[in-house]
Amino acid sequence: MSDTAFDLVVIGGGPGGYVAAIRAAQLGLRTACVDKRGPLGGTCLNVGCIPSKALLHSSHHFAMAGQEFAEHGIAFGKLDLDLAAMMARKEKVVDDLTKGIAFLFKKNKVTHFTGFGRIDAPGKVAVVEEGGKETALTAKNIVIASGSDVAPLPGVTIDEKKILSSTGALSLPKVPKRLAVIGAGVIGLELGSVWRRLGAEVTVFEYLDRILMPMDGELAKGAQKILTKQGLQFELGVKVTGAKATKQGVEIAFEAAKGGDAKTLVADAVLVAIGRVPYTEGLGLEKAGVATDAKGRVEIDAHFQTNVKGIYAIGDVVRGAMLAHKAEDEGIAVAEILAGQSGHVNYDAIPGVVYTWPEIAAVGKTEEELKAAGVAYKTGKFPFQANSRGRTSGDLEGFVKILADEKTDRVLGVHIIGPAAGELIGEAGLALEFGASAEDIARTCHAHPGYSEAVKEAALAVEGRAIHA
Amino acid sequence: MAKEIIVPVLGESVTEATVAQWFKAVGDTVAADEPLLELETDKVTLEVPAPVAGQLSEIVAANGVDVEVGALLGRIEEGNGATAQKPAAKEAAAPAAAAPAKAAPATPAASPKPAAPAADLPLAPAVRKLVEEQGLNPAAIPGTGKDGRLTKGDVLRHLEGGQAPSAPAAETAAVETRGVEAATVETRGVEAAAREERVRMSRLRKRVAERLKEAQNTAAMLTTFNEVDMSALKRARTQYRDSFEKKHGVRLGYMSFFVKAAIVALKEIPEVNAQIEGEEIVYKNHYDIGVAVGSPQGLVVPVLRDADRLGFAEVEKEIGAFGARARDGKLTMEDLTGGTFTISNGGVFGSLLSTPILNPPQSAILGMHKIQDRPMAIDGKVEVRPMMYLALSYDHRLVDGREAVTFLVRLKECIEDPERILLDL
Repeated sequence: MSDTAFDLVVIGGGPGGYVAAIRAAQLGLRTACVDKRGPLGGTCLNVGCIPSKALLHSSHHFAMAGQEFAEHGIAFGKLDLDLAAMMARKEKVVDDLTKGIAFLFKKNKVTHFTGFGRIDAPGKVAVVEEGGKETALTAKNIVIASGSDVAPLPGVTIDEKKILSSTGALSLPKVPKRLAVIGAGVIGLELGSVWRRLGAEVTVFEYLDRILMPMDGELAKGAQKILTKQGLQFELGVKVTGAKATKQGVEIAFEAAKGGDAKTLVADAVLVAIGRVPYTEGLGLEKAGVATDAKGRVEIDAHFQTNVKGIYAIGDVVRGAMLAHKAEDEGIAVAEILAGQSGHVNYDAIPGVVYTWPEIAAVGKTEEELKAAGVAYKTGKFPFQANSRGRTSGDLEGFVKILADEKTDRVLGVHIIGPAAGELIGEAGLALEFGASAEDIARTCHAHPGYSEAVKEAALAVEGRAIHA
Repeated sequence: MAKEIIVPVLGESVTEATVAQWFKAVGDTVAADEPLLELETDKVTLEVPAPVAGQLSEIVAANGVDVEVGALLGRIEEGNGATAQKPAAKEAAAPAAAAPAKAAPATPAASPKPAAPAADLPLAPAVRKLVEEQGLNPAAIPGTGKDGRLTKGDVLRHLEGGQAPSAPAAETAAVETRGVEAATVETRGVEAAAREERVRMSRLRKRVAERLKEAQNTAAMLTTFNEVDMSALKRARTQYRDSFEKKHGVRLGYMSFFVKAAIVALKEIPEVNAQIEGEEIVYKNHYDIGVAVGSPQGLVVPVLRDADRLGFAEVEKEIGAFGARARDGKLTMEDLTGGTFTISNGGVFGSLLSTPILNPPQSAILGMHKIQDRPMAIDGKVEVRPMMYLALSYDHRLVDGREAVTFLVRLKECIEDPERILLDL
């Protein structure tokens, strides 16, 4: 084969794309991956999951130093923040990881092209570099993994200086005195937490009258209480009608969602975090005849195939939760399908995590969903206040809630606020995959002293027999 | 590339099978021709070997699923396929779950395998507890969990199956009330379960049941009886037992005599060896005698082909081999089909007299029974003779009373006077 002819060309090198490319290569397909950014890893690695987690970690340390170290007997003089150093560390983490993916590509012999991927016809992809140079690739199959972009808010123009998207909010040169966040979803709350910890006054605006939709209602309420205690201010049930950059900062106009008096808030910066939208610019979908839906998502069938034979799509650009791990699992599934195996993603067992502290994590059905579906269920709840490990680390906030089928005891959903919730949720995902009952979790030995014991106790609580509460 | 594992041809007129047990799991490395799974049909269980060496990449038809000939069972990634992404929870050692043979298909002689789906996968903790407390056989409970595993719900459903509907769950959220109610349901479960146990019919048993009923519904079935004095046979056995075994390497039993005697009678009364097919009577010019033998899954009837051409020793050898193969579950489809007449021996179990049921599509079946010393009137004197009752069940649509009776009489004469077999009298 010539060096521009491939079995598979993946457009997009984010978690969906690079994983699909590596898996396909493992299965023996000659694979190329086209990405416009240069460094691999997509939004997640470069301006999403990874930099935000790095900053969350650093800012958490800063907050602990200021608020809790004294309790631990750690005394020091004045607490200083070197934001530039924090950002540099973040950048190094990102850099190391993107280099890691490049290494994985080399190891698995995936050919990497930098440039815009444009589908000229089924089986034909053009790599368009910045200068305009084009390289024509042929492929037996194409996977579109072009991901998503920031959702725009009408009336608000993002300049990444005072009016920010998550990308800008990850690289501010100094801590804003007051930060407004539009959107009380995962991204808004995580970045709001970062700047709050570093000293900013943070106000979060949300259209609905609750935060973190569509997570479990009780979970969201618990999270709101905890974040409020941490100093985040919430304006719920509110519609932002405009944000204007002024000399002082930003003037945010808002009113009650149902309509009412117009109000304003002046902040130094505002983060627009109302969601993300599928990104298909420059793909040439129209010319190639690939259908998209009203929301701009590429339409696919149960096997990730678009309406054009030989063209597939995965990740944020198609239906489903816009999560990196969902994209990764779809990447594996589509690669396996292309290699003649079957590939499946269990959409009912995809966890969602919010990396505030305490963390918030959930997998499976919420109480609202079960009620709406008329499913009879029982609940088991256990507070971290009663968890030995939580006591040793001073993490007393939050709880584990397990929802189980009333008759069969089968675990239907698990919802956690607490230390390392994002890790604890792994056990719950496994339980869902195997159709385990709450009793199975309760009868599995969990290490002591561990946060995961809270999961075990919540399972016991489903039967009304928690030991430690 | 993935190679498909297909349901092989199963035997004449057998179009369907059930996946009884996968021996390998997704992710396992397999050698070419290595047995991958066991299929259960109406007549036999058979193994499906791997078409190529490689890694089992997918199981499409899981345990318990019905498949047709040519259907896709799974796929193998040829050669050193890349490690499968699917989690393979295999390595844990299976608990010794007792699997009573009554519900299980025949197991291969090599290693005793539990018969039920996913029986070699460890039981979930809640399932373990329930199974122990209720004295259940996990192999007999259909599993709906991953790879056919038992979930707690499966076991609860199984327990509920035999009892009256339990009280509706309380609406209150009070933890104590819930606890009490759960205890009540559980106790009721314990009682009900102790009084009966539900076991799913194996495919084989279902099929046997169907065929027997079919036989009864189709044929005009009657039974005629006679008795035979076994003295002559006993004498022949005693006299020639040692030399027979020495020369032929097999014990001289009674079955060879009965098979041979039956053939003499069948030759004289061809209707007994014939079959009705639609509007025609098919007279068979060959003598394929089915001999009922016991197996772990029940009575099976392998067939002695062209028994008229077999010598006594060959008959005895064949029957012995059938018995061993039946025990090991190695009888093939050909072994069990095409018989023209069947001999069944209830005597080994102690039956004195019985009315055997026809083995469709055959028109007659001979029942042998227990040999019992009885006082008989011989030439005006009472003598104790070893007697056996004989029963011939026959299809009256084809075989008339006189023929049935004559058949039995001829057979009796050949047994009481074995020289008749030699002289074809």
